[in-house]
Amino acid sequence: MPLLEVKNLQVRVEEREILHGLSLTVNKGEVHAIMGPNGSGKSTLSHVIAGKPGYEVTSGEILFEGEDLLAMPPDERSAKGVFLAFQYPVEIPGVATMTFLRTALNAQRKARGESEFSTPDFLKKVRAVAASLNIPQDMLRRGVNVGFSGGEKKRNEILQMALFEPSLCILDEMDSGLDIDALRVAADGVNALRSPDRAMVVITHYQRLLNYIVPDFVHVMSRGRVVKSGGKELALQLEAEGYAQFEDAA
Amino acid sequence: MNVVLAKTETGRALSDLFASAGGRLPGAGKVTEQRQRAFEAYERAGLPHRRIEEWKYTDLRVLMREVMPLAAAPDPAALKRAGKALKLHAIAGVRRLVLVDGMFAPALSETGDLEKGLGIRTLREVLATGELPAQLFVPDNADAMVALNSAMMTDGVVIEIADGAVLTRPLHIVHIATSASPSSMFTRSLFKVGKAASATLVESYIAADGAKAYQVHDSLIVSIGDGARLDHVRLIEDSREAFNISSSLVMLGAKAHFNTFGMTSGSNVSRYQAVIAFAGEGSRVETNGVNLLNGRQHADTTLFLDHAVPNCQSREIFRSVVDDRGHSVFQGRIVVRPKAQKTDAKMMTRALLLSDEAEADNKPELEIFADDVTCGHGATTGALDESLLFYLRARGLSEKEAQALLIQAFVGEAIESIASDALRELTAGAAQRWLAARG
Repeated sequence: MPLLEVKNLQVRVEEREILHGLSLTVNKGEVHAIMGPNGSGKSTLSHVIAGKPGYEVTSGEILFEGEDLLAMPPDERSAKGVFLAFQYPVEIPGVATMTFLRTALNAQRKARGESEFSTPDFLKKVRAVAASLNIPQDMLRRGVNVGFSGGEKKRNEILQMALFEPSLCILDEMDSGLDIDALRVAADGVNALRSPDRAMVVITHYQRLLNYIVPDFVHVMSRGRVVKSGGKELALQLEAEGYAQFEDAA
Repeated sequence: MNVVLAKTETGRALSDLFASAGGRLPGAGKVTEQRQRAFEAYERAGLPHRRIEEWKYTDLRVLMREVMPLAAAPDPAALKRAGKALKLHAIAGVRRLVLVDGMFAPALSETGDLEKGLGIRTLREVLATGELPAQLFVPDNADAMVALNSAMMTDGVVIEIADGAVLTRPLHIVHIATSASPSSMFTRSLFKVGKAASATLVESYIAADGAKAYQVHDSLIVSIGDGARLDHVRLIEDSREAFNISSSLVMLGAKAHFNTFGMTSGSNVSRYQAVIAFAGEGSRVETNGVNLLNGRQHADTTLFLDHAVPNCQSREIFRSVVDDRGHSVFQGRIVVRPKAQKTDAKMMTRALLLSDEAEADNKPELEIFADDVTCGHGATTGALDESLLFYLRARGLSEKEAQALLIQAFVGEAIESIASDALRELTAGAAQRWLAARG
């Protein structure tokens, strides 16, 4: 059974249709890249999979391990193993990062009927992951993403991904706002999480990121549909030729 | 010609109340005269209503309608129930002073082994001696509820802290209502902090099991000497059918420091009005608070900071969280008098509305008559940020858990201002209980 099956998905936002029948199948162990110009519906797809309010699914379905994902509230999707690394992680003043991480992890574990982490085990785990991502301890004491640089915010997303151990990771424009060094650290963090039990969907506008996170499959989106799928060489072709040909095709 | 003044039913009932309570009100001579004068002031004004600017959002003629009869002095059964309630609200490491149904309860209080420089008497015994403490009738009769309190006060505590005394053990005044039948309690406490002394005062308002629709009428008169410091926390956790009308009058000497925090999560209708006056230069006040309201609760905090002298600083941070059909009111008035140059006064109030029918009124008023001052205020009202809620839910938190975390963060800034670690944790705990009770 595929991990994720998106079937003929049609989505509207305020009377405007953004996705016009999108299909995508992702199996465990695979890394898929979704590329496309601005406005092609890439972020909408990621939001609908994560359960963000404000999107109306008019047709089609999304199955996660065979279950109807669209029927679940966002927290249930999270507990089942869906993780969205946000393009723009929000700042939450007054909620210490450490408190947030513990509350989230324990909420997910509780929903799965697992026991809560003990404090020492939790701290040990967070510290180890943080160190591997060059996240200093004082960042963990600050409010969630408050005063973080763009790179720090993205690393905080990857920290969560490592901590929550989801089976499906959706990375929405992970490279936006990152310089080359920050990108390398983030990509190393993501690559360390590649596993036969986990799939990744990497959404990006530029081919650059795919030099660091090498995908198994590349899909080109245009005007709310996947218009072409192929191997990693498709990304290079796009880089060389641009999106224009696909916009005409859509 | 004789002019007959029409009295409302409520007015008549109250007249009877004052006349019949006469025998139970301590004090004679000048005290009785002062009571009489205060009662007449109250009778002329009646319950405050919306056409009185200071009471615009809290119309007691609509919300309270009448003053309930004076509570009976507690019998042994009442004291036993009060003792039970006390256990649920015990704070470790404090010296407890308990008022049950408006009367000091020695058996529930800890008045032994007083620290050097600490004096504690009951208001009743002070008034019985015929002594008239200088500050007792300081609050003028212009505010009807203060006047009523002056007329009817039955007991309270009179605390004096000698110059230079540093008290590490906080004093905890607990107001407990026990009566199942509708009744009123009238209390007044005096708190004097000597020069260069320091103390912590906690006030709690709670109900014993079975006490529901009662009225608390309380007042606190504080003087803080030169170079002294008072930390003050008040927690209103009254029954959800109760009324709580409390007033404070605080005077600070020079280079004094007053840190006060109030949280209202209980009572049906509550009003806390404080007048804080700077009488000496170089003093500082932080007055912060939190309202946590749901159902049809109404809570009003009305503060008046009187900058009468130069070089003083005041900070006000107020947060209210309002769910269902709750109504939160914050009125913050700051007056900077002509001589009060170099005043630094800031006020920030924010309200979080959790339902479409919740209401929050924020009324900042700045009256500045000096030209070399730093004054500012801000007020915001809004709902929980949808993008933050989604982020938290995408990380596995249920809707209630996500809301609770954001609400805690919202009130956190005000709670953080409590100086004592133990009291800050206590207050945060009370806020968490309120959030947990939302389900």
